Amino acid sequence: MQILKKGTYLDLMGKRKLAIYFSSVLLLIALGAIIARGLNLGIDFTGGTLVEVKYPEAIELAVVREALDKDGFSEAVVQHFGTPQEVLVRLAPQDGMESAELSDRAFRAMQGITSEAELRRVEFVGPQVGEELTEKGGLAMLYALIGILIYVGLRFEYRFAVGSVIALVHDVLITVGFFALFHVEFDLPVLAAVLAVIGYSLNDTIVVFDRIRENFRKMRKGETVEIINTSVNQTLSRTLITSGTTLLVLIALFLFGGEIIHGFALALIVGVVIGTYSSIYVASSSVISMGVSRADLMPVKKDDEVVDETP
Amino acid sequence: MNQYPIWKNLMVLVVVLLGALYALPNLFGQDPSMEISATRDAVVDQTTQSRVEQALQQLGISVKRMEMQQQKLLVRFNSSEDQLKAMDHIAAALGEDYTPALTLAPDLPDWLIGVGAEPMYLGLDLRGGIHVLIDVDMESAITQAAERYSSDIRTLLREEKLRYVRISREDERVVVKFNTAEKRDQAIELIGNEFRNLNVKDIDQEEAFLVEVSLSPAEKQEVQRFALQQNITTLRNRVNALGISEPSIQQQGVRRIVVQLPGAQDPGKVKEILGATATLEYRLADTEHSVEDAVNGRVPPGASLYYERDGRPVLLKKRVIVTGNQIVDASSGLDQQTGSPAVFVSLDGVGAKRMRRMTNENVGRPMAVVFIENRTTTRMVDGKAVKVKRKVEEVISIATIREPFGRRFQTTGLDTTEEARDLALLLRAGALAAPIEIVEERTIGPSLGQDSIDQGFASVMIGLALVMVFMAIYYRVFGLVADMALVMNLVLIVAILSMLQATLTLPGIAGIVLTVGMAVDANVLIFQRIREEIANGNSPQASIQAGYEKAFSTIIDANITTLIAAVVLFSFGTGPIKGFAVTLAIGILTSMFTAIIGTRAVINWIYGRKRVQSLAI
Repeated sequence: MQILKKGTYLDLMGKRKLAIYFSSVLLLIALGAIIARGLNLGIDFTGGTLVEVKYPEAIELAVVREALDKDGFSEAVVQHFGTPQEVLVRLAPQDGMESAELSDRAFRAMQGITSEAELRRVEFVGPQVGEELTEKGGLAMLYALIGILIYVGLRFEYRFAVGSVIALVHDVLITVGFFALFHVEFDLPVLAAVLAVIGYSLNDTIVVFDRIRENFRKMRKGETVEIINTSVNQTLSRTLITSGTTLLVLIALFLFGGEIIHGFALALIVGVVIGTYSSIYVASSSVISMGVSRADLMPVKKDDEVVDETP
Repeated sequence: MNQYPIWKNLMVLVVVLLGALYALPNLFGQDPSMEISATRDAVVDQTTQSRVEQALQQLGISVKRMEMQQQKLLVRFNSSEDQLKAMDHIAAALGEDYTPALTLAPDLPDWLIGVGAEPMYLGLDLRGGIHVLIDVDMESAITQAAERYSSDIRTLLREEKLRYVRISREDERVVVKFNTAEKRDQAIELIGNEFRNLNVKDIDQEEAFLVEVSLSPAEKQEVQRFALQQNITTLRNRVNALGISEPSIQQQGVRRIVVQLPGAQDPGKVKEILGATATLEYRLADTEHSVEDAVNGRVPPGASLYYERDGRPVLLKKRVIVTGNQIVDASSGLDQQTGSPAVFVSLDGVGAKRMRRMTNENVGRPMAVVFIENRTTTRMVDGKAVKVKRKVEEVISIATIREPFGRRFQTTGLDTTEEARDLALLLRAGALAAPIEIVEERTIGPSLGQDSIDQGFASVMIGLALVMVFMAIYYRVFGLVADMALVMNLVLIVAILSMLQATLTLPGIAGIVLTVGMAVDANVLIFQRIREEIANGNSPQASIQAGYEKAFSTIIDANITTLIAAVVLFSFGTGPIKGFAVTLAIGILTSMFTAIIGTRAVINWIYGRKRVQSLAI
């Protein structure tokens, strides 16, 4: 069985102008969403308290709100979580009350409705811890990019390193932009997912680059664009299959993994789709724009190896 | 062609067998159990076991098995109802010297225990429990140290009869004022000789001769290090008394402590015990002055106004007889005469001497016990969270001294036995060296933990099945080989996680799921190459060879970059994120092994060494 017919040769690079427009529009929307709407940061980042309670039967949110209101939690955000029996309550840091006590009081108020209410989860994060996390998360992203830049620069060539980092920034911005646009909560697991997207998308990009390098050395004739197009075509089946299997599993995770892991799975699904597209178009187009030529990728010393590969 | 040397085949076989062996413990169930450990001087021995047996017989509960472990007795129950029912009963039967803790013990056969195989260690988000991140108030530790030095300096100057005008503490430094330059210089020499760890210098201002004493940077660090260590020890004592199995108390960074309590259920109680800085003070009541006058603002010198728990005002002498620091032991029980809850207290030598003298002189007079607790609350000031410390002082008991007493005595006046127990626990566990604040708390209920395991397992299995079906259809025989590698990869991940006893968290499961999706990548790369080679007209055997060889460097490059991302995640992340990074990294490494070497071994076995017309790929 095959996804693409034998000998399929698509003029993918010929449409790279179109891809540049497409990416630009996506990036503009993403940046616009991030700036205008901002991220819906979870309490991991903002600090605050979250209480998840499961009732024996489906419960109206109004009832919970009323109970909380009576106890002075009028600012609480109340929502169903997963099922109508489960209720999630978010509290901002409150004035004059011991932060760590907040969750106990909120739970007791919710238990007031029925004593069979079960405490499922409590998360309290101090504002200072959240700040540190934001800082650390940003730094981690930066370190990951620098590490990758160095590795790809050493293994390939600096233009490939720059190309892969452009693709990564592209993927990360669009994934984060997606969360801003649809106002999906951005919490610690989502941050982890975004970092995993970096790993995944890079994986994809490297496979294409590897083929480009190989073909530059092997193919005597042909323009740069042509060689890159051939390389992208040769790796296209693999790119689609791997993304496909990964997506299969991620969709299983999204559907069956439980409510807590939803954001994580969603971020990865968006990231894998964007990452697949970017490894075909963004990374390669960047390399073409920077004017890579055959001479750049010839092995410096091992001349005999090149001779060996001559057909 | 296409034949592995024997050692390589053997290696694959050994890895597969070892992987299966160490992944095996995860298939066995867990028994609801109780772990009984001794506190203080008591030991766990045969007598303890027979006492437990007796208590259980009274309840009519039969146990599955009892195991004597190092310093611990493990009682396995047949059901968790039995386990819960037995808890209070056993606690009561054994008394305060023993701490029973609920736990889940894996039910492994002896031969598996013999090879050191254990099931994966589940994180709190999967097994339920409480995670607390505590910040130690280092600024206050420094101020306290400065306070100590200021009083030491005062004593020193007095002993040496060096007259000073005034000693004051300003934040981290102590300033001493003299009226002549000569005395100032003498003082600098004296203090410098006596306290070598302090910085001493003069800061003269307009006719005043001032000496500034401050902590040297090295000393500051030492004070902070000590405060953290002391707090960890105190927290450990408090946690141990909570009766939780496998608690973990660890330092994080230079000022934070992580406390993890698997299976703990009541976050309110835990926070109260961890965060409390309660202490007691014993003071004489001031009976010479009128309480009403004091309430109206005319508090006599030498006395302070306090309130009892029910709000009644009491006038107490300012002088403290003994403080909580002089308490060496405390236990709770019932007062033999009245039957009300009481705390039995033992004092150290100095405290006992003072208590004896004071009670001797004051028989017939009332003495009060003051309960002091420091509470930290967070207020919002101009949009910023600001910590406010509040000291709560309450008179919990006031009683007439009937006869002189010294080392051992009791305190009554507490409302419930539970309150008595908590107070005794706090007194016994010692004081915190510096105030703490809970900056992060995560409580996961046991049912949510179980749901997460079930859902995580289900999604791994469904994802795995989908990928396997796809691979088998798309690559036929080679796809089936890749499927074997995929299953083996999963077994190896579980085996390594079990062996390392790394913590498996929910994001960790997500990491496994992601690996399952990505693990086939190496095989897809190889198989696509083989197809290309065949399409180019190469022989089947040569195509296999070339496919594996050419894909190799691509696989390495692709995986190393993902590994970089995993390492970065691990180094910046906390708890759950670390778990994700660990499983991702392990998954990348094992998938490289199974996808490159493992599949090759099987492919060689199927196709190698014979004439093959075509490949099923």
